[in-house]
Amino acid sequence: MSEAREQTDAPARLELRGISKRYPGVLANDSVDLTLQPGEIHALLGENGAGKSTLVQIVYGVVKADAGEIRWNGETVSVDGPSAARALGIGMVFQHFSLFETLTVTENVALGLSPRVTAKSAGGMAALAARIADVSKRYGLALDPDARVFDLSVGERQRVEIVRCLLQDPTLLIMDEPTSVLTPQEADQLFETLRRLASEGRTILYISHKLDEIRRLCGAATILRGGKVVASCDPRQETAQTLARLMIGEEVSPTRRAEAGEAEEKEALLRVEGLSMKAANPLGTPLHDVRLSVRRGEILGIAGVAGNGQNTLLGALSGEQLAPRADAVVFEGAAIGLEGARARRDRGINFVPEDRLGHGAVADLSLSDNALLSGWRRWSLVRRGLVSFTGSREKAEHVVKTFAVAAPGAHAAARSLSGGNLQKFIIGREILQKPKLLIAAHPTWGVDAGAAAAIHQALIELASNGAGVIVVSQDLDELFTLSDRVAVICAGRLSESRPAHEVTAEEVGLMMGGLFDAAIAEGGGAPSESGDVRHGG
Amino acid sequence: MAGEALFGVRLERRPTPSRAMMLATPPLAVLLTVMAGAVMFAALGFDPSAALKAYFISPLTTLYGVGELAVKATPLAMIGIGLALGFRGNVWNIGAEGQLTLGAICAGGLALAFYGDEGWWLLPLMMAGGAAGGLAYAAIPAFLCTRFNANEILTSLMLTYVATLLLSYLVTGPWKDPDGFNFPESRLFNDEALLPVILEGTRLHLGAPMALAAVAVGWVIVARTLIGFQIKVVGLTPIAAGYAGFSQARAIWFTLLLSGGLAGLAGAIEVAGPIGQLQPSISPGYGFTAIIVAFLGRLHPLGVLLAALLMALSYLGGEQAQIELGLPLAVTGVFQGMLLFFLLASDFLTHYRLRRVSPAAVG
Repeated sequence: MSEAREQTDAPARLELRGISKRYPGVLANDSVDLTLQPGEIHALLGENGAGKSTLVQIVYGVVKADAGEIRWNGETVSVDGPSAARALGIGMVFQHFSLFETLTVTENVALGLSPRVTAKSAGGMAALAARIADVSKRYGLALDPDARVFDLSVGERQRVEIVRCLLQDPTLLIMDEPTSVLTPQEADQLFETLRRLASEGRTILYISHKLDEIRRLCGAATILRGGKVVASCDPRQETAQTLARLMIGEEVSPTRRAEAGEAEEKEALLRVEGLSMKAANPLGTPLHDVRLSVRRGEILGIAGVAGNGQNTLLGALSGEQLAPRADAVVFEGAAIGLEGARARRDRGINFVPEDRLGHGAVADLSLSDNALLSGWRRWSLVRRGLVSFTGSREKAEHVVKTFAVAAPGAHAAARSLSGGNLQKFIIGREILQKPKLLIAAHPTWGVDAGAAAAIHQALIELASNGAGVIVVSQDLDELFTLSDRVAVICAGRLSESRPAHEVTAEEVGLMMGGLFDAAIAEGGGAPSESGDVRHGG
Repeated sequence: MAGEALFGVRLERRPTPSRAMMLATPPLAVLLTVMAGAVMFAALGFDPSAALKAYFISPLTTLYGVGELAVKATPLAMIGIGLALGFRGNVWNIGAEGQLTLGAICAGGLALAFYGDEGWWLLPLMMAGGAAGGLAYAAIPAFLCTRFNANEILTSLMLTYVATLLLSYLVTGPWKDPDGFNFPESRLFNDEALLPVILEGTRLHLGAPMALAAVAVGWVIVARTLIGFQIKVVGLTPIAAGYAGFSQARAIWFTLLLSGGLAGLAGAIEVAGPIGQLQPSISPGYGFTAIIVAFLGRLHPLGVLLAALLMALSYLGGEQAQIELGLPLAVTGVFQGMLLFFLLASDFLTHYRLRRVSPAAVG
């Protein structure tokens, strides 16, 4: 494998010198230098928009740099595309997987392989399956080559992507935010695999903004801010606070949820009883007998690995998907299970969907029109069927100003905003409608630390002003920061909620893996970490 | 994302669609059509400049010609405005020709039913009847689409042939003119059933201002109303529409009924206007040409009006070229097709731009 290239005083595996890349209106990379040594796990740290993605896209040949030099094992090279990058020995595991759900693991791997590798595995699919089994065993990536992808958990899907990369025998493996979709236990196992790969002399470039895991895993870190390298350090010598300060250039004070006090006394604002329903699409996860309640002034956190019924639950709560019975969802004493999204919004239930572009906002429309989209009833922007565009513009400008959204104005198209800014806009739009209940799905997913803190602050303020809030997230830190009570969803079932200060992240992590109830394991398809949990019922 | 470089030029996706390009592409398409037309005329052995003059200029040199332009633009604008509204919402009513035919049948049927008993009320009744006929006919694909998820492109298109055959049956059978020497035509309507001519010396009739009114109403719907906004959101992002609580089924019903009603009204205007009776063919494909009108007009009401005038000219030009140069009438269809083709092709520039690749870039 890679050992042959290793010698003492060997040139660095990858050396970037003065890489610059300009996009219309933004300098994404400003003469970035980066040196990666063999056998090193190197963190690339930075906020959203710091230029991490652009930099690795340049390394992987997806994007061409405007200026600069790439040296691979000491030789200047030109990476003309991903296939050229793979030929050099660079592999990349993207944050979003590109797998065909209805095909098997082996078929997916075969589709992604370059001809160079396919030629080697002339034995056909059976030989390939054997090689997959071999690689997955060697690196502790438990994987069944004949399983169909739609049966796999997110963690397992990621393993398919990793195995696909490893079959190309890369000497540099780029991992783009790999743990954003994993349970803590799955993440631990991934780290084990990565350490094993590094010990073979492979280099790993690890992109993340999760400071704790970088400190645990990486031996070196390069920190980007505004397209420039602001620091290189050994993350094991730093604290999470010092890393965060380097990353965003200012001290972040962790938001802390004040004790909710005597919440027990109050009447439930929203109550869901015995909700069982099918998912909107055939590959979605159905709900089984879900019950939950939220009081005024309370934040309920729902943890869970993606694809465990969150979307069905969110649809049932927002009214985009109707419940089978009216009294399955009760809001302020009224049975609203059969009411649509519009009627529920009229009652004061607002919703921040996971997908900001294409669900929470229309990409091609202006912020002004996007304010109209969800706010036309609560803000009375329509009189006798006629739209008040002045009103929508004022509301959009108000949101932009109140929530410090970086946008040229209310006329800007939603797609022109960065993810974090659009998220701030959507959350602000929903909060300024003064909801009685706000349901937020993954409110800070892919959002940088500064914006995430602002969003957390806004949600906490909303709750302290007496609104109920439900936050669905995979980010346990976020849930523990925000929530009064935490429940876990797994395989379409929701655990009992427990006060956030009584449960540990460890316990929630185990429940996310399907271990909170013997009955859950029986449901099958639970994305559990270990086989005995899944078959334990 | 960067595409492959070719000839030192690379296609690059624009961050946002270019508004300037969106307005520039229709004239660009017209220009390319004229150029391709010149090549075609030359290949057929005609002097391109004379042929183009006959096609595009000669029809407009007389007052009568200008009137004819408006007469032909009337149904195109009226149908185009309804179709444009639907297309904004991704509702593809391809069967306006059938809805026009049914509108003509209903209006013509009323004219024949009250033949000899006419009054001032007959014309309004015919217009209402025509609109109702087109609307009811468009309700069929709307129902099939919302109830059974049947693609409205196919259902509306197929219903067009049903309507045309129904008209043929009526004019060759029950509604045939008893004194018509067995020609497949109805009686000529009496004057009370005909739209008055509003410009002396031309055939310009009351339908033209009605089409203008339809354009104005369409403009208000698109620019000012909630339903116009809902249609746009449903068309752009159905999931966001569901999030906002906008009903997709409602947008389908509204746009199909509106475009069907307008097409039916256009059919009523045709039989009560320039034709004055029911014939086996009452439209030279206005319902289909209006699809081009809607796209050429950028789905915007004002654009639709201009596009309707241009497409009306292509009908007149085809006839003129036939008369002056003996060219086959098919040249009309060729021009219309080229126009749509070039428009769709140049639309590419709205979303992409060409960029010079500097050879200095390092990979």
